[in-house]
Parts: sequence; structure tokens; C-alpha cells
Amino acid sequence: MGPWKAVVYLNQFFGGIGGEEKAGMEPVVRSGPVGPGNLFAELFGPEVEMVATVICGDNYFSEHLEEATERVLALMEGFRPDLVLAGPAFNAGRYGIACGSVCNAVVDRLGIPAVTGMYPENPGAELSRRSVFIVETRGTTAGMREAAEKMSRLAGKLLRGEPVGFPEEEGYLPRGIRRNTFSAETGAVRAVKMLLQKMKGEPFATEYPLPAFDRVPLLPPVDRMSRVTLALVTSGGIVPRGNPDCIEASSATRYGKYDIGALSEMTPESHETAHGGYDPTYANADPNRVLPLDAARDLEREGRIGKLHPFYYATVGNGTSVARCGQFAREIARDLIRSGVGAVLITST
Amino acid sequence: MAKEMEREGIPAVHICTIVPISRTVGANRIVPAVAIPHPLGDPCKSKTEEKSLRRALVEKALQALETKIEGQTVF
Repeated sequence: MGPWKAVVYLNQFFGGIGGEEKAGMEPVVRSGPVGPGNLFAELFGPEVEMVATVICGDNYFSEHLEEATERVLALMEGFRPDLVLAGPAFNAGRYGIACGSVCNAVVDRLGIPAVTGMYPENPGAELSRRSVFIVETRGTTAGMREAAEKMSRLAGKLLRGEPVGFPEEEGYLPRGIRRNTFSAETGAVRAVKMLLQKMKGEPFATEYPLPAFDRVPLLPPVDRMSRVTLALVTSGGIVPRGNPDCIEASSATRYGKYDIGALSEMTPESHETAHGGYDPTYANADPNRVLPLDAARDLEREGRIGKLHPFYYATVGNGTSVARCGQFAREIARDLIRSGVGAVLITST
Repeated sequence: MAKEMEREGIPAVHICTIVPISRTVGANRIVPAVAIPHPLGDPCKSKTEEKSLRRALVEKALQALETKIEGQTVF
């Protein structure tokens, strides 16, 4: 029984250390709650004490996944916690991956409960939902209180050893676990009811959703790149200076198509990044670091690439929905196929 | 985006820093990059070294496009 001790994991932003310019920071510890930890403390009351907060930069974590997980885990272990809370990460991809990885390691190695929160499209959700309790949140921090309430309610149950209900009752993402329960009606009766609902066009809920693996069939390799036109595409937000199409810094609703027919490289005078999800210093100083025009031109001149398509395409992949990115990509691909392009090189930050 | 372009029938290679995201979403040919704010560069190196690093990554991506794969592949 309580009171229990909890450690919270946060990124540099929610940890109050800084924005993208601090995203490379290595893990540090603060005693007591920070940022969202104060909300958890308020919601739990005296039952759970927020003893410490471990904070790590999003870039550091994503670029050193295993090492960062080990270091965060070691810092947490020192406090002998009964619970770990991570995030919530909303739709922030790097943060989601970090929260999922930390929770995974905590459950697996420390043998204590861990709860995080994410928007279902967060790539971290797909990576960790089977092994970790991930509470479903909204896409933005506007859903903070709601997320923290769900997280603390679920974490409280886990601490007290109470049975955890189904995902839709508790508000966590389905983990792919099947549990036997008793029903007043037989399967045959339920199936016929469902069929009748379906025939009448009424809403119904399946009892066993089939997994949706969205994969595309593998394409055969390009025969020889020296005979093919290659196009460059980026989600890293490289645009002509001034961002003529006003591509949004996050949650982009559009992409741009830009002429590079006469350019041998990107320069800080000609291009910049419109992406709001990473520190733009390095991309603005040399946009070839994101859209490798200089290297591609050299390889075209040497004959390694048949021809470089005279236009590149760019959008901002920062909280941009998967559905929208898919739509951009299909439109771009059709345009490229019409232009006789045979292969695409996509770069992401 | 790589996946959807391939669905339209055009082969795509994805150079990216966070490989798990690319794998999860479903790119088939993946080349790991340097770092999030500079996937094809390294500001700590000289300009010449940096460009040859970038060239090597692009060459690796071209080879990936020319390679027959049996499933999602990280090059």
C-alpha cells in the first residue's frame, strides 16, 4: 500500500530546459516534479509522491536509442520507484519513441508499472503499444489535463493491483491481448445481432478487430541508376528563401515543387528550412545537409545518376498527419511518373 | 511518403535519422542518416569531409535502389 514513489520522464521542452536548441541534451535528473509532474502530483494527492524527474533531449534520445534508454533507466533505478510516468508525448514523434522505450525498459527490467500517453498516430505508439500502457491523448498539449487524468487513473489501478479494464473503458491503446470473459449471450446470438446491425446500416463494434498491416508490395530494383532520372524529395522543409508557398512549420497542409534545373547546390542565400521541429541552424547554414543537391549533381555529372529531375518537392514532416503525407506522396508520385522519373530519394530530419 | 510513392509504382529510398519511424510507417528501402538537424552533413567536419560524407550517403541510397530486397531493408 501507498504512499508510493513515482519518477517522471520528460523531454527538454516539458522539462522546462529549452526548445529545439536543447534537443541534443543528455539525460539529467531533477528532484521532485517538473512541468506535467506537478499535474500528476495534484491528481494523485498524498497517495503517490513524485520523487524525481528524468529529462532528456529528444534528438539525443532518438539518435542514441539504446544508450539513452540505459542511462535513463539507471537514473530512475537510483530512486527505487514504484511507478514511472512518461510524457504524455501527444503527437511528438521523437518524444513518443523515447517515452515508449523508457516505459518498455522500466516494465521489463525494473518490474514496476509504467504509463505513458500518446496520440494514436504517434510512431512511438506503434512501436510500444503491445508492451506498454499508452493512454490515448489528443494531438496537441491542449489535451494535457485529460491525458494526465487518464494516466494517473490507470497508474493508480496498477499500483493498487486492481484489475485493469478493456482499452475503451480505461482509455489506453489496445495492446493486442485477448482475455476470456463471460457473456450473457452466445457467440451465435452476438454474431447474428451484429450482422443485422450491419445490414441495417447501424453502428456496431467487432469483438476481434483484424490487424491492419499497411505495407506496399516490394518493387523490383532499379536496373541501372545511370540510365534513370532521379527526383529529390524531402520532409525536412527545405524551401526557397522566404518560403513562397507558406508551408507551415508544423502540421503542414501543403508541399512545394521547386525548380533546381539551373542550380548545382543549395546555398544559404537560395534556400532555408521552414521546418519547426528541429533546430534550423545547420540546415540554414548549408541546406545541402537536408537536401543533398550538391552531391547528387556531382554524381549526375559523373554519370552515376542518369539525370537529376529539374524539380524537387518539399514539405514539413512535423506533426503532419500520416494520411496527409500519404496524399502528398501520391500526388507527387503521379507528377513524377508523368515526367518520366524512375526513382525517388527522400530525405527526412 | 516513401511507401505511398511505391504504391504508385515509383521506387523510393528513404534517408532518415530515426530508422524505427521509417520502419513502422512502412518504407521498404531505408538508409540511416547522421543526425536529426543535419541528416546528410556534420557541422563538426571540414566542408570537404562533410561533402564526401554526404556523397557516400547518396551513393549508398543509389545502391539501395539497385538492390533486390526480400523485405523491409535497412542498408
